[in-house]
Amino acid sequence: MSGHVSPVSLYITIFLALMVLTAVTVGAAFVDLGQFNFLVAMIIAGFKASLVIWYFMHVKYASKLTKLTVATGVFFLAILLGLLLIDYASKGFTSMPMPLS
Amino acid sequence: MSNAVAHADAHGHAHAHHPALQHHFDTMGQQKEAAVVGMWVFLLTEILFFGGLFAAYMIYRVWYFDAFAEASRSLSLFWGGLNTAVLIGSSLTMAMAVRGAQTNKRAATVNWLILTMILGTVFLGVKVIEYADKFEHHHVPGYNFQWAAAHEAPAAGGEHAAPAAEGAAAEPHRELALNGDQLQLTTQIYFSLYFTMTGLHALHMIIGIGIMLVITWMAWKGKFDAEYYTPVEMAGLYWHFVDIVWIFLFPLLYLVERHT
Repeated sequence: MSGHVSPVSLYITIFLALMVLTAVTVGAAFVDLGQFNFLVAMIIAGFKASLVIWYFMHVKYASKLTKLTVATGVFFLAILLGLLLIDYASKGFTSMPMPLS
Repeated sequence: MSNAVAHADAHGHAHAHHPALQHHFDTMGQQKEAAVVGMWVFLLTEILFFGGLFAAYMIYRVWYFDAFAEASRSLSLFWGGLNTAVLIGSSLTMAMAVRGAQTNKRAATVNWLILTMILGTVFLGVKVIEYADKFEHHHVPGYNFQWAAAHEAPAAGGEHAAPAAEGAAAEPHRELALNGDQLQLTTQIYFSLYFTMTGLHALHMIIGIGIMLVITWMAWKGKFDAEYYTPVEMAGLYWHFVDIVWIFLFPLLYLVERHT
């Protein structure tokens, strides 16, 4: 059996999209969006990562089991970061250690 | 399947199969599927491995945002951006290497793999320049750490950058919640995370290049064809994963706050 062979044009397109998105994320960092600067940067990075996973890593053409495995990784990362932040945020980040204040 | 072999099994009847097919798999497809799922399970452990560092980064970034913003500004956007482009380019060449194997193009596979390794080496070379810069400016956490923001130009007399605590001449670009002594301590947390995260990432790059050396040698020997290219594909998955880590590291470390 041989896997799905993507056309070269698709790889070039994804590469160019990743380069453009890199430029966009640098540009967005110079615009004052307040709290949303971080969110915008992470959404762009997440989109770039999705392009790499979906096309370069061939998950688009992979089995449902592989797709589920990938989704599991994202899910557990969300648990790690999400629950940790909920814990800190619910305490208002009050216990910030601040020496020499 | 030009290189299929006739093979008599224990039951005595001969059947042809691909030489790369292990005896405990029924088909090449099943064998590849097992490898792909197994590789992804390994990558999940890697996601959570880096995830722990991302978690630490997020908490400290909220606590000491000013320190992170100031320290992040001292990084070179040029080198960081260049490395991002180099790594994305190496992902493209890696994808092309896998495609070469898929389409029975041995020379193309080898050439794309070599190009990928060259781009990986360029990335590491840029990282060396950046690390050397940190050492030069005393931005390595520890005993000799001395915080001086990047926007404070060194004194004209050729003297080295003065520490921010004494750098009265430095024009602050915005109001900071932290004083000089606090910045001296808290920017070290940023640089600790910077060196840990980029260092761990660079270690993955070095391992990736090592893996690719073996894969290139195997490709050169003609071990892969359209029926069997699993090792190239697995090396590709690993390499793309390392690329994805950098896709997140770049905005997190270089672009904390650039607009003021």
